[in-house]
Amino acid sequence: MTTTRDEAAGELHPSGDDRFALVDKHLKRVRYEQDQLIETLHVAQDVFGYLSDDVLIYVARALMLPPSMVYGVATFYQLFTFEAPGDHACTVCTGTACYVKGADDIVQSVREAHDVAAGATSEDGRLTLKTARCLGSCGLAPVVVLDGTVHGHLDAAEVLALVQQALEEEEAD
Amino acid sequence: MSYPKVLTKRMEDHPADSHTIERYAATGGYAQAKAALDMTRDELVDIVKASGLLGRGGAAFSTGLKWSFLAPARPAYLVVNGDESEPGTFKDRQLLERDPHQMLEGVIITAIANEVHHAFVYIRGEYPKPARRLQRAVDEAYAEGYFGKGIFGSDYDLDVTVHLGGGAYICGEETALINSLEGQRGEPRLKPPYFPAAKGLYMMPTIVNNVETMANLPHILDMGVEAYKALGHGDDTGTFLTSLSGHVNNPGNYELPHGITWRELIYEVGGGIPGDRELKMWIPGGASAPWFNPEDHLDLPITKGDTGQAGSMLGSGAVVVMNDTTCVVKAAERVVRFFSHESCGQCTPCREGTTWLEMILRRIEAGQGRPIDADLLLDVSDNISVGLAWPPRQTTICPLGPSAVSPITSIMRHFKDEVMAHITEGACPFAKTEVPA
Repeated sequence: MTTTRDEAAGELHPSGDDRFALVDKHLKRVRYEQDQLIETLHVAQDVFGYLSDDVLIYVARALMLPPSMVYGVATFYQLFTFEAPGDHACTVCTGTACYVKGADDIVQSVREAHDVAAGATSEDGRLTLKTARCLGSCGLAPVVVLDGTVHGHLDAAEVLALVQQALEEEEAD
Repeated sequence: MSYPKVLTKRMEDHPADSHTIERYAATGGYAQAKAALDMTRDELVDIVKASGLLGRGGAAFSTGLKWSFLAPARPAYLVVNGDESEPGTFKDRQLLERDPHQMLEGVIITAIANEVHHAFVYIRGEYPKPARRLQRAVDEAYAEGYFGKGIFGSDYDLDVTVHLGGGAYICGEETALINSLEGQRGEPRLKPPYFPAAKGLYMMPTIVNNVETMANLPHILDMGVEAYKALGHGDDTGTFLTSLSGHVNNPGNYELPHGITWRELIYEVGGGIPGDRELKMWIPGGASAPWFNPEDHLDLPITKGDTGQAGSMLGSGAVVVMNDTTCVVKAAERVVRFFSHESCGQCTPCREGTTWLEMILRRIEAGQGRPIDADLLLDVSDNISVGLAWPPRQTTICPLGPSAVSPITSIMRHFKDEVMAHITEGACPFAKTEVPA
């Protein structure tokens, strides 16, 4: 016997992970409308930090959509990520204006200094380096987003210093 | 140099609180939306048609004309396109963040003009702050009774929903945006039959307009058609927002009158090139637009007509300036890589073509180009956009593929020597040039 969606909604997820309850809350609010898929994925990613297969399947079942479609939609959009992010995230914009102002040097130097490929997380799980196509802050070029804070007009050395500072701050905690 | 400000006046006069409903109410707020309730659809459509307002999203299509195409079936929907993802463009962000009520008033006017009772605002996923600001403005407006059941005490119902996208450039294309709103992959639909005005959101007639277009509407009703037209230059009525970036001393958003020249824009508004370097080229209207160069284009007036005749477009109003230390191959590679990454993958010429263009450009830049590569670039481009004509002919569902061709034709027309130098010298001549900060 499978439980129905309404019965399941009030219960704790079988894994015991109560974060699913937050997703449930959102699902209820949008009345399980299938066209709310992207909003639901946003919520799930906010809650879990990334979209694991489990979470995708959970959303698919809740919205009664084929998992293949949920996976297709999730992978279509740049903002959804499928691997656990590092403790700190450094996103370098490599759009046209930022390129002109030397974004490449920044990516290169962070990559070398912290041994992390663009789009990946360092082996110790401390730093995720990402590149973005254009963040729409071209007036600040080159733009770097470090842990959610936007920094503009920086050269490679200044960015390295900022990254170092972020990594050390946490150690001090 | 100062130019008349319309759209950015409030945020310039009151930088601290231009986004609040109190400030908006104190500066004439929502009076035009209220007035629009007493007008008929035909009256409103005629006013906007007569104002000559052109869509500010990139295609520069007459807004009034677009409205008049709306099919009779109901319910009709309004979708505001705030998926501002064209590299170099950041004007809508300012409008959403600094003056969301101005745009919302435009939404009410548009809704009334098109018998719409539910509007959606699609904000790109990378803009959480503008989306939060807008959502707060929407909540404020609901509380005042400007949205909801019986707006302004009338019997007209209007709801508005703010939707945050997922980060995909292609969703700026109106039919892709509609798919994305419906919770699907943002793949453009084939036109015909899926013209939004006939079969749009949920297969119902839909108006899709840009954020800046919306923001213009209260001003058109407020100042009247003639005054609005007088702000502009010939067919290009009103002011326009431009996002200036790259090698200029004063990058940023500027509200300017149509008809000023590129020289004025780059050297007066933009304050010239840092370090007094030489201007090499600039992108006049977002990454999709073919580039301009100083010899041919510096004294052209900035209008839709003049730019179009010169083989480019004003597009989204993004101007990226590049000085003489910029390698054109690398710059083109960067633009093409963007399109290659953002191609939705539905149409073969775009999916495969942009990938090939990127690979060829990359190997030229790396000094591994073959003599045949110059022709190969044009050949691949020709398969995406037949004849490399302007405006581009397309072999694809949407114009993303042909957009990737713009940088190729630009560098092959104006900078062929530099491309060939990469190939014959087996290295990028700019590799060792320091780019000034």
